[in-house]
Amino acid sequence: MWYGRVALRRLQRIAVAPLSVGSSLTRAAQREMSSLPRVYITRQIPPEGLRILRESGQVQFDIWDSDDVPVPRKELLKKVKGVDGLVCVLTEKIDAELLDAAGPNLKVLSTMSVGFDHLSLEELKKRRIRVGYTPDVLTDAVAELTVALLLTTSRRLVEATHEAKTGGWGTWRTLWLCGYELANSTVGILGLGRIGVAIAERLKPFKVKKFIYTDVAPRPELARMIDAEYVSMDELARQSDFLAVCCALTPETKEICNKDLFSKMKNTSIFINTSRGGVVHQEDLYEALSSGQIAGAGLDVTVPEPLPTSHPLFTLKNCVILPHIASASYTTRNAMSALAANNLLLGLKGEPMIKELKL
Amino acid sequence: MHTAHKIMKVFVTRRIPQEGMKILSQSGVCKVSLWDSDEPVPREELLKGVAGAHGLLCLLSDKIDTEVLHAAGPNLKVISTLSVGFDHMAMDEIKKRGVRVGYTPDVLTDATAELTVALLLATARRLPEGVLEVKNGGWSTWKPLWLCGYGLLGSTVGVIGLGRIGMAIARRLKPFGVKRLLYSGRTAKSYASDVEGEYVPLDTLLSECDFVVVSCALTPETQGLCNKAFFSKMKNNAVFINTSRGAVVNQEDLYQALTTGQIACAGLDVTTPEPLPTDHPLLTLKNCVVLPHIGSATYSTRGIMAELSANNLLAGLQGTDMPSELKF
Repeated sequence: MWYGRVALRRLQRIAVAPLSVGSSLTRAAQREMSSLPRVYITRQIPPEGLRILRESGQVQFDIWDSDDVPVPRKELLKKVKGVDGLVCVLTEKIDAELLDAAGPNLKVLSTMSVGFDHLSLEELKKRRIRVGYTPDVLTDAVAELTVALLLTTSRRLVEATHEAKTGGWGTWRTLWLCGYELANSTVGILGLGRIGVAIAERLKPFKVKKFIYTDVAPRPELARMIDAEYVSMDELARQSDFLAVCCALTPETKEICNKDLFSKMKNTSIFINTSRGGVVHQEDLYEALSSGQIAGAGLDVTVPEPLPTSHPLFTLKNCVILPHIASASYTTRNAMSALAANNLLLGLKGEPMIKELKL
Repeated sequence: MHTAHKIMKVFVTRRIPQEGMKILSQSGVCKVSLWDSDEPVPREELLKGVAGAHGLLCLLSDKIDTEVLHAAGPNLKVISTLSVGFDHMAMDEIKKRGVRVGYTPDVLTDATAELTVALLLATARRLPEGVLEVKNGGWSTWKPLWLCGYGLLGSTVGVIGLGRIGMAIARRLKPFGVKRLLYSGRTAKSYASDVEGEYVPLDTLLSECDFVVVSCALTPETQGLCNKAFFSKMKNNAVFINTSRGAVVNQEDLYQALTTGQIACAGLDVTTPEPLPTDHPLLTLKNCVVLPHIGSATYSTRGIMAELSANNLLAGLQGTDMPSELKF
């Protein structure tokens, strides 16, 4: 049984079309197959992407066949030796060490994510490796989850479900579990990109009075779509009843949400981060929440991930923490998988990718 | 010529937000007797407190039935409820006695629609599960298919009861990329075109919708509407949300539907009874989110509701037009 399985996996690696066990390949077919570009996939990506790669007939691939556990570093460094293409997820650090281990054949890196802070862009550029990523296909799911998290935080759903389960629910009371409403509020966006716009579009019918944003520079085309006013970081803090962080993590945005920001915010305000954990100074956030400097916070991203269960933020009733599930809808994860696969195949053929990261 | 202004007696069944109390106490029209607690007035106290009252300000947890009306006596001119629902009041008996009724529609529409969408999103995107996994150490690293939920993009949404609140819910769901919005009820609504709503029979709604939101009033017709037959017609990936009244749902049938995979998940802000006992089977399900009736629970809305109910009450006492009178 075991032997049969191993043999099958070997076939799976070198062949793309399903072969019936026992049939032999012609010499020509063998020669052709062994010259197919070699690809390593660092995780069991959702079915759509794997199907596209398998049915393309253009690559031979090996895969770390787990959905659950990331590939260990040592294994990864071994497996990338000599590959032409690499498909990864955001848990793998693609740095000089890895790229050296891969060697000069590596032409294309395809990440199944929109964030690229796990990639050493300079090293990739140096080696002229093309990079594909997955913006846009996950914009809707991320915007949806951000709004879900905002509402869960502002309307105290976690506290409420807990009360319902543990006997805190008496009869209807007039001020119990009251939250803060979006109607007549000012919503501020830190970093106005695709996702920021999509969030604002979803918040509009809740009768938000005003949208404001800050960014390295004004973004008039995007701002026009949501009728948002460009303000300074200070004004964003002062005016926002709800502040959503939507910027990329860069050296400039690292820990930009810190004591300085929180001290200027309203004590009835709600702070939401679904971008990257590194944008927030977590100790400062803890201080702001526990001292009542801001009313509540919702985080889908932290430092590190996972956040250790002993972290002080977990002791706060007014802090909601999710395990980085912003793009976690079945359709979206499959779309990301498919896009990553297609980016890879196009890159290997020397053609323009569907979504290529400009280095 | 001014007649002596009689100070009328008012009984208020609960501590209400200051915005409302101030209006009553500063009116110079009534003397307020208050059950000064956050907890419901016990039945005995209620019957005592209403004796001889001209006006009664109550909450939805107070049963205003024949016994209460009888205890109040012939002075009673107005009942003002701090709610939009009135299923806690014996309307026939109230009408018989010529008593006017004030309630609080519209002012809580936004808060309730907002909470309904919050509940729908939290249920469909599995937020409570996510929060629990994070606290219990279930979160290891990013995984492609872990905690995946159902998105609104490209979906078909159904609203049962497209009234003020149903319409407000529909408006808030649209920009999430909903492909089709269906609704059912006694009649088609002309304003449904604002959200491109399609009026369909209930069975059609159930068989085609990925999200089913119940937003109708509780009446003899809607009591127990969501039962075995109802759930059996739904899609097995469907998300069921009820923020109307608990009695619209047959809870045993819902439990069956959730545990057999007949529907994917459910979110409830209202139950039978309220509170739901902590050992109720629905509270054990990962795919059922139960909230303790917080639909209108925002500081601003509760303050406005209190003001409105106070003003309704004063108008009823003085025989003038109420800001929000219940026509029945």
